[in-house]
Amino acid sequence: MDKSINVTLKVWRQAGPKVKGKFETYKLDNVSTDSSFLEMMDVLNEQLINERKEPIAFDHDCREGICGMCSMYINGHPHGPDGEITTCQLHMRVFKNNETITIEPWRSAAFPVIKDLMVNRGAYDKIIQAGGFVNVNTGGVPDGNAIAIGKDIADEAMDAASCIGCGACAAACKNGSAMLFVAAKVSQLALLPQGKVEGAARAKAMVAKMDELGFGNCTNTGACEAECPKNVSISHIARLNREFLCAKFQD
Amino acid sequence: MAKKEESTTVETTKIDAKIPAGPLAEKWSNYKAHQKLVNPSNKRRLDIIVVGTGLAGASAAASMAEMGFNVLNFCIQDSPRRAHSIAAQGGINAAKNYQNDGDSVYRLFYDTIKGGDYRAREANVYRLAEVSNGIIDQCVAQGVPFAREYGGLLDNRSFGGAQVSRTFYAKGQTGQQLLLGAYSALSRQVGKGAVKLYSRYEMLDVVVIDGRARGIIARNLVSGKIERFFAHAVVVGSGGYGNAFFLSTNAMTSNASAAIQMYKKGAYFANPAYAQIHPTCIPVHGEFQSKLTLMSESLRNDGRIWTPKSKEDAEAIRTGKKKATDLSEDERDYYLERRYPAFGNLVPRDVASRAAKERCDAGYGVGNTGLAVYLDFSAAIKRLGEDVVRARYGNLFQMYEKIVDENPYNTPMMIYPAIHYTMGGVWVDYELQTSVKGLFCIGEANFSDHGANRLGASALMQGLADGYFVLPYTIQNYLADQIQVPRMSTELPEFVQAEKDVNDKIKKLLSIQGKKSVDSLHRELGLIMWDFVGMGRNKAGLEIALEKIKEVRKEFWSNVFIPGKDADMNSELEKALRVADFIEIGELMARDALQREESCGGHFREEYQTPEGEALRNDEEFSFASCWKFMGEGNEPVLLKEALDYEFIHRQQRNYKA
Repeated sequence: MDKSINVTLKVWRQAGPKVKGKFETYKLDNVSTDSSFLEMMDVLNEQLINERKEPIAFDHDCREGICGMCSMYINGHPHGPDGEITTCQLHMRVFKNNETITIEPWRSAAFPVIKDLMVNRGAYDKIIQAGGFVNVNTGGVPDGNAIAIGKDIADEAMDAASCIGCGACAAACKNGSAMLFVAAKVSQLALLPQGKVEGAARAKAMVAKMDELGFGNCTNTGACEAECPKNVSISHIARLNREFLCAKFQD
Repeated sequence: MAKKEESTTVETTKIDAKIPAGPLAEKWSNYKAHQKLVNPSNKRRLDIIVVGTGLAGASAAASMAEMGFNVLNFCIQDSPRRAHSIAAQGGINAAKNYQNDGDSVYRLFYDTIKGGDYRAREANVYRLAEVSNGIIDQCVAQGVPFAREYGGLLDNRSFGGAQVSRTFYAKGQTGQQLLLGAYSALSRQVGKGAVKLYSRYEMLDVVVIDGRARGIIARNLVSGKIERFFAHAVVVGSGGYGNAFFLSTNAMTSNASAAIQMYKKGAYFANPAYAQIHPTCIPVHGEFQSKLTLMSESLRNDGRIWTPKSKEDAEAIRTGKKKATDLSEDERDYYLERRYPAFGNLVPRDVASRAAKERCDAGYGVGNTGLAVYLDFSAAIKRLGEDVVRARYGNLFQMYEKIVDENPYNTPMMIYPAIHYTMGGVWVDYELQTSVKGLFCIGEANFSDHGANRLGASALMQGLADGYFVLPYTIQNYLADQIQVPRMSTELPEFVQAEKDVNDKIKKLLSIQGKKSVDSLHRELGLIMWDFVGMGRNKAGLEIALEKIKEVRKEFWSNVFIPGKDADMNSELEKALRVADFIEIGELMARDALQREESCGGHFREEYQTPEGEALRNDEEFSFASCWKFMGEGNEPVLLKEALDYEFIHRQQRNYKA
């Protein structure tokens, strides 16, 4: 408890989308190992502000691992070296004294840098807008218990639905593919009777949008699953492919 | 420092909440049967601004777009899916009575009124209970993967303040799943072009023309550009103001600015003193800390809360000489089970929080600060097995372990109360309209349904009730008169002036170039709020708070340092604009807490308690919602009172003992 370490931070600084970026090196002493990674970033920013310098821009919001806002590529891993968590849940106790930590933004053609470590992930919203929903309006729906859904099916749908849309999968993928993100939504809705009806059409629309937005193809390297902070399984990609093939046959 | 007696100016204008006549159970049906509607071809000609994409904002934007209105939706994050509703863990209440345990619309209504310590409007709460069932049906139809039983039907769990199991859930991520449901409905409308979405925008003012809200001024957070937007009506669902305390369970961007701008444009701010302190949060552990993390109330279904029975053991634990697991059963004081046998660990949040504070103040607290109590799962693990406990709460246990570095399967969690939710908010009538015509407020941002304390799993219910089933109706009653109003130019003098005011404020902030960072000043404010306007309040302390907040305001406006420019992405400037408004709401909270000389729900005045230390209401004098009216910068606000008439429920001292 209450240990502290000194770290050297190599941070990507980039003033804007069209400006050339570069790494800057900062030294930070006496970082409590109980602090979270983002709290360490707060301390660094406070230090920069006190030196009358511009703080590092990074995305963050809920700071409890659920909103998907935080990003950062830390020592070569999206969300850092610890498993099954987001950057905001990463704690400094994972790092060694005098360690050099490299911090970069998500690197993906479909996620352009806005400033420093902040990227534009609007492409994920566009994929959902293309079909990541059930076509129902408010009101006029049947009773919640009208359709029985097996517990195992509901649980599997829930596992797929736990995706937080952070973009780590595409950032981790050497092809820059968003397949795990797309698969999670397609699979969640295809598993449930409410969403099954439009399963094939949904898969087709979302994949088409993904391709259009400049994401790469999936070559089953599994990097997405390994880096996913919510442990979303690549078995959902298999289900997406099934739905997608169905759609192709129907054409 | 000479202490000046704070006096409050009270105005006696009658506040009309527009509650429909008739028996309680028929009010909402009667309203809907007689309200004005807008026909489909006229809907296309009407623009509605919705600020916020949480449960209330997203569901309202989606539902109104489905109806045919033209919707502009603003979101502070990079995507609507990240609104802070996402972090709600435990569940959502509904009066389905699927468990056959005696639940009904009336019982949900009654529990909510009682839970709110009889400081909410009967008609609003009844409507909330009435529409609760439709929410579950709607979410299921959207594909929300609620937990199911083996037979395939929906599962329920219990939450505080109820003796039935009426809480629907999706693991410990119910808020996430409900929000993603609303987000999918919203995305569908964005795809169709019915909603125009503005991400990374922050509302900085509301534009009022001839007494009606006609638009907003918003800042594009990427470019720094200030922009003007017109609409026939403005709806704000911008969440609560808990971050006035600096440390809270709210997200980092959760703020009170939209609400404060509405207040300054003439909307009353109601019951600012009612803030909820959630009993089960991970305790504060260091000065660098940026936020507090909630451990879901659902944990109290199976977790037992205790402190050591003897002060010696508590001391030994604090100094690391003993561990929690060293204490035998009879050395532990399960104080909630002892004090409240009927509800046990499932008493409402305000009661559980105060009981934890009482134990810690008396010297029985644990953890190295002494400000923590145990939440213990050993009995549940013994009874159900570790696998069942993992299936129910696995993600929460993992979250705890990552933060605290202790395994809660082996050793009890440590928890302490933290600011979580604000029941107070912008005053709205039965139609969710503020005291400014055409300006509506929904979700946590309004004050409507929770009285002085909110029950667990009721925030999700209220947010979605407002957005799916209430506002889309009531807003038409207003808009039906607006069909002749053409779209207005944003070159009108009111728009120009509002934009200028915003720009002037930004220029002023940037010109200060003082010595203190925004965060350090926010932290100062937060400490004052927690020490004097927190769980236990008293007259002397609140007067000190008012003085100290004035000092923080002065310091902020003369010594804050903001690097960077206005016409650029500038997170320090964003934070400064928010902190300026937290100072305003902080003062309003203290002022309201001072005038309310009674204890009720989350508002506990130490001078007013029963011999057993429970909150002591004063229905004779304080059976009203306090509505604060802005009187101009530098002037004291005026208090208006909306009388709360209880026609259908007999008020009692809240009792969770028997």
